[in-house]
Amino acid sequence: MTDRTVTLAHGAGTERTRELLADLVVDRFGDAPADPAGVGLAALDDGAVLPTDDGAVVITTDSHVVDPPSFPGGDVGRLAACGTINDLAAMGATDPLGLSSAVVVEAGTPVDRVDAYLDSMAAVCDRVGCPVRTGDTKVVRDGEVDEVVVTTTGVARIERGAHLPAAGLSPGDRLVVSGPVGDHGVALLAAREDFEFASPLTSDVAPVAHLVAAAREVGRVTAATDPTRGGFATAVNELADAADLGLVVEERAVPVADATAGAAEVLGIDPLTVACEGRIVLGVAPEDAERVRDRLRDEPGGADARIVGRAVADHPGEVVLDTGVGERYLPVPTGETLPRIC
Amino acid sequence: MCLGVPGEVVEIDGNEARADFGGAEKWVRIDVVGADLSVGDYVLNHAGFAIRRIPEAQVERTVELYEAAATGEVADDD
Amino acid sequence: MTTDALSFRDPDRADRLRDRLERLVAAVDGDVRVMHVCGSHEEAIAEFGIRSVLPDGLTVAMGPGCPVCVTDRPEVDEAVALAEAGHVVATYGDMIRVPGTEKSLAAARDAGADVRTVYSASEAADIARETDREVVFFATGFETTAAPTAAVLREGPPANFSVLSAHKYVPPAMDVVADHPDTRIDGFLAAGHAATVTGTDVFESVVERHDLPVVVAGFEPLDVLAALVFLLEDLRDGEATVTNAYPRCVADAGNERARTALWEVFERVPGEWRGIAQVPDASLRIREPYAEYDARRRFEIETPADDGRGSDCICGEIMAGRAAPRDCPLFGEACTPRSPVGACMVSDEGPCRIQHAYGGDRRP
Repeated sequence: MTDRTVTLAHGAGTERTRELLADLVVDRFGDAPADPAGVGLAALDDGAVLPTDDGAVVITTDSHVVDPPSFPGGDVGRLAACGTINDLAAMGATDPLGLSSAVVVEAGTPVDRVDAYLDSMAAVCDRVGCPVRTGDTKVVRDGEVDEVVVTTTGVARIERGAHLPAAGLSPGDRLVVSGPVGDHGVALLAAREDFEFASPLTSDVAPVAHLVAAAREVGRVTAATDPTRGGFATAVNELADAADLGLVVEERAVPVADATAGAAEVLGIDPLTVACEGRIVLGVAPEDAERVRDRLRDEPGGADARIVGRAVADHPGEVVLDTGVGERYLPVPTGETLPRIC
Repeated sequence: MCLGVPGEVVEIDGNEARADFGGAEKWVRIDVVGADLSVGDYVLNHAGFAIRRIPEAQVERTVELYEAAATGEVADDD
Repeated sequence: MTTDALSFRDPDRADRLRDRLERLVAAVDGDVRVMHVCGSHEEAIAEFGIRSVLPDGLTVAMGPGCPVCVTDRPEVDEAVALAEAGHVVATYGDMIRVPGTEKSLAAARDAGADVRTVYSASEAADIARETDREVVFFATGFETTAAPTAAVLREGPPANFSVLSAHKYVPPAMDVVADHPDTRIDGFLAAGHAATVTGTDVFESVVERHDLPVVVAGFEPLDVLAALVFLLEDLRDGEATVTNAYPRCVADAGNERARTALWEVFERVPGEWRGIAQVPDASLRIREPYAEYDARRRFEIETPADDGRGSDCICGEIMAGRAAPRDCPLFGEACTPRSPVGACMVSDEGPCRIQHAYGGDRRP
């Protein structure tokens, strides 16, 4: 059976998204780069690496739509800046040259609101030292988009071969996560579904470039990915897939904020399967793992960094979750996250 | 069936109570809970309705029950 | 409570419970087949990887415990028809993707129908308070959600609010499954949260009729393991009794106020459970005094004729505990969570979905 139309589930960052990409995009644009130091589209990594004579250029792009556009802990402007800066960081490009920003605005949107989103974007850019260098604005009719769509592209230069490929893990490498997972996804779901949580649930949306840079100062980082749509579960599966290795994750070691865990339990969702927007998952050489974790803990946004698992030669491509009681696989979530009663 | 989540009552207003689920708070209906509630009580929430007041003593009793199962000796019953 | 949750998940105690299970299985000479009748038990068993630590000779099978899975296809068709007729249809998130004969509510929503996800029956009534349009609450689930639906109807919701009841009542389904000649069951793990409402007495008739032990079990990993221990103790001793292994949430007498609301608003009528068959007195219909809120009496609902699609789907066999998801020729091929044929592949509690999502169990 094939889906004849694109459905919301195709956009949820899950297995279905990957299928859609494979069908429509990779077939057309997925040729491997001629230079082996390059990373092309078929890798489905966080960005592309284009080798040059004296180094390499890293480029990544992302469209940002979020419902609601302003949410606890951030808004679409902040998200658009962080999303792209973090994708660059996940490729090992922690000192970006600049961003482009293309904004599609729905007619009827108050100017103040767009102003606020761009302020949020600017604040992130200032902090990371990654200015917006070019952009575009389009207005479409009422109802053609939901308020705004913000597309950002980021560019960075790195030394040749210095990028962090998703496929870089070796058996024995440790997995380090920079902070509690699932905050963004749970906060958004709660806001969107109009659940009345009386206590704050806040998105974690924040740049992570400084975390990746700090980690690489003190240890050998072998792989990195930022867990966005599909959450931690999708991120670690991508690492396992790309390296064709197994991963073992200790569920009890994975940090989850109390409020997020409580809300997720009430909503019947797994915080490991919903988005983060300010976290990074690193593969680290085993002898450096504790040093990297401790270094991350000194950085803003890294206070709860934890070692959560390890790469193994067994069960390639699969992530095994040790729950403390038993073991099971941790698969990529399959579709749109909906609250459940059952 | 039936995702039930325990939470602590922090405020009561008519037929609703605000309950704390490990840090996330939510208003739930209490008209079918079948017990008089006070702030500090634990309730079992199911789909936005509290369906049971959980007696504090029963939580300790649960751990005894696990022990009884693990050892094969019947705990001193009440 | 939730802050104490870790004491319900303590690995050391889990190890000791597992050792005890191993000894008990040996004492009864193995090959014990326990059935649970609760999707949340399946979810807990899968989520915590409990099957990976069960001793050989002990099988925990899935019974008809997922309310989403047992919601009959014509019931989904009714909800889809109401949404396509231009009414607001509100339902629990679980129901959105369940396939009807022609489409699911998700497909109707993608095509422009107004389908809302709600967390509680009272939120559905709130939607009706804010619109002039007809708002239909597609009410699914067992006793635990039927009592809240009843509470909302009793308080006098707005006139533009109605309920399409697909509510079901668990205990008769246990009889149907236990009676089936092809189903071998040595004991039941009964659903803790349904029992919160009904109490434990309701299971006495199951024990008497089938001479099988019933243990009311909770949903933390240690709850499940401890309940299995008690069930095996009964089997070792040759006793068929009702044991309440979830006293923190289940009083033997249940929740009388919830039951009063439930039976004031609903009555039990025969009805189809998807895949299993007609179950006597196990579908909940809105009683006469509340008929004005019954969507089936308010609207003429035209639904498509059953096209027999999904006839290879063995959901019913699986829900009745006679087959495992991997026994189905469609599993993982024609039927996946992305393109489900049967409801068992849709619900987070569906045995096929769980098997697919958690990738099966891993033996250490």
